[in-house]
Amino acid sequence: MGFLLGKPSTVSGTRRVPASLVGLAGLFLIWEVASQTGLVPELYLRPPSEVLPAMVGLLGDEKFLRALLATVLATVIALLIAILIAVPGGLVLGSIPLVRRACMTVVEFLRPIPSVALIPLALLITGTGPDTKIALAVYGALWPILFNTMYALDELDPLHVETARAFGTGRVAVLTRIALPSAAPFVLTGVRLSFTIALAVVVSTELFAGGTKGLGQFIMEANSGGAHMDQVLAGTVIAGLVGYAANAGLERLNAKLFAWNAPRGEAS
Amino acid sequence: MVRTMLDVADLGHTYQAKDGAHDAIDGLTFTVEAGELVCVVGPSGCGKSTLLRSISGLIRPTRGTVSLHGTPVDGVPADLAVVFQDYSRSLFPWLTVQRNVEFPLRELSKAERTARAGEALAAVGLENAGRKYPWQLSGGMQQRVAIARALAYRPALLLMDEPFASVDAQTRFELEDLLLRVRREQDTTVLLVTHDIDESVYLGDRVLVLSKSPARVVAALDVGLGEKRDQITTRSSDEFVELRAKVAGLLQSAPTAETVH
Repeated sequence: MGFLLGKPSTVSGTRRVPASLVGLAGLFLIWEVASQTGLVPELYLRPPSEVLPAMVGLLGDEKFLRALLATVLATVIALLIAILIAVPGGLVLGSIPLVRRACMTVVEFLRPIPSVALIPLALLITGTGPDTKIALAVYGALWPILFNTMYALDELDPLHVETARAFGTGRVAVLTRIALPSAAPFVLTGVRLSFTIALAVVVSTELFAGGTKGLGQFIMEANSGGAHMDQVLAGTVIAGLVGYAANAGLERLNAKLFAWNAPRGEAS
Repeated sequence: MVRTMLDVADLGHTYQAKDGAHDAIDGLTFTVEAGELVCVVGPSGCGKSTLLRSISGLIRPTRGTVSLHGTPVDGVPADLAVVFQDYSRSLFPWLTVQRNVEFPLRELSKAERTARAGEALAAVGLENAGRKYPWQLSGGMQQRVAIARALAYRPALLLMDEPFASVDAQTRFELEDLLLRVRREQDTTVLLVTHDIDESVYLGDRVLVLSKSPARVVAALDVGLGEKRDQITTRSSDEFVELRAKVAGLLQSAPTAETVH
C-alpha cells in the first residue's frame, strides 16, 4: 500500500532533479557565453556571473523585498478571489444545463479578451492602486478555474451520484459531497495554470502604471536609463522563480491531496 | 411475526425513446417478507435494473406501486441501501474505507458514526482496513466495503444489484457465504438481483424467475435448503440440483410478454 503512493514520486524524483539542474546550468552557460562573446549586446544582456550576485544583493534589499511582497500578495489575493468566483460558478454552469446554455455565449465572448489589453482602460477607470492589478489578474485567472470545474462535472461518474442518492443524499448535498471532491483535482490544476496568468498580469500592470508598487515597477525603474541592467535581469529571474516555486508547490499539493486520482493499475 | 417488508404491485415502466416507447418491465407483482432473502433471476436485459431503480426511488415508474413496510415509495426511501455490481465506481475514491462506510450516516453524531462503521467493517472482516483507500484493496475487499456501508446504514431493505458478478469465482463463494452469515446475524431483509442461476438458488429463501423484457414474474420458487448452507455440500445436494434445473428450464422457456397475452 505504501509503495503505491511512494513509487511514482521517488522514481521521477531521483531522475528529474539532476536532469532539471543540468538544463538550468546549460541555460546559464549559453547565456554567459552569448553575453561574454558579444553575440548579444553585453551592455543590455548582462552575463549571469553579474546577474546572480545582483540577485543575492536584491534579496537583502528592503525596497526590493517590499516590491516583491506587494506583487506576490496581489497575485495570491487575485487568485483567491478568482477561486471564490470561478469554483461556485463552474459548479453551477456544470450542473444546470439551462444556465450553462444561457451563459456560454457571454463566457466565450469574454474569455479571449487578454487581460493585458484591458490594462490602459482599467488604469483610467480605477487608477493606479493595487485594486486595479488585482481586478485585472482576477479577470485573467478566472477562466482556467471556471472551465476546469465545469468540465470536471461532465466527467462525474453517474454511479457515484446514484450511490449517494440511493443513500438519501439530496441534490445540494450531492453537489458538495460528491461533485466537489470529484472535481477538486481538476480545480487545482486550473488554479496552477491561473497562478502563472495572475502573476503575469500583476507584473504587467505594474510595468505600465508608474505608481503601483511591485516587482514590475521595480524592474521598470531599474531599466530607465539602462544603467542597472543587472538589476533588471535579476528582478526578471526572481519573478520567474516565484512562478516556478508556486507551480512546484501546487503540483506537490496535488500529489499529496489527490493521490486517489493518480493513474494506477489494478490494485493487488 | 411475519410482515411484508416490500410490496410491489402491478409495476410497469416504459422508457420514452426517439424511436418509440420501450417497456422495460410490465405487470410485476411480488412481495418480500421481513427477514427474507429473495433472489430475482432473469435473462440479461430483462429489466432487472429498472426494477431495482424503481424500488429504490431513483426513477419514478410509469405504472403500479411500490410500498416499503406499508409506506408507498415516492422518492428515495430513508431506510433502504443499495449494493451495486461495480464496487470500484460505487465507492468514493477520495474517502478512506472508514469514511466511505460513514458516508450515509450523516445524521448521527461523530462518535456513533465511528462506532457503527467500525462494527460494520468488523462484520465483513475488514476491521483493520478503515484507514486505507478503496483503491488500495482487492476487488473482493472493495465489495466487502460496499456491503459494510450498506449494513452500517441498517436498512429495512437491502437491495443488491448483481453484487458478485465482477469478482473471481473463489471470491464470489466467500462473499456469498459472508452475505448469508451477515444477514442471519443482523436479520436483514434482502432483495438480490442476479443472472446466475446457481447463485440465486444458493442464496435465496425464495427465487423469483423473470421473463424476457418486458419482465414479468414467471414463477416464485421456495428454496427449502435450510439456514445452514455451504458451498460444497449444499451445491451437490439433490434439492439444489433439482431446483437449479427447474430455474434453468423456466428461464429457457421464459415466455415473452406477447405470448402471455
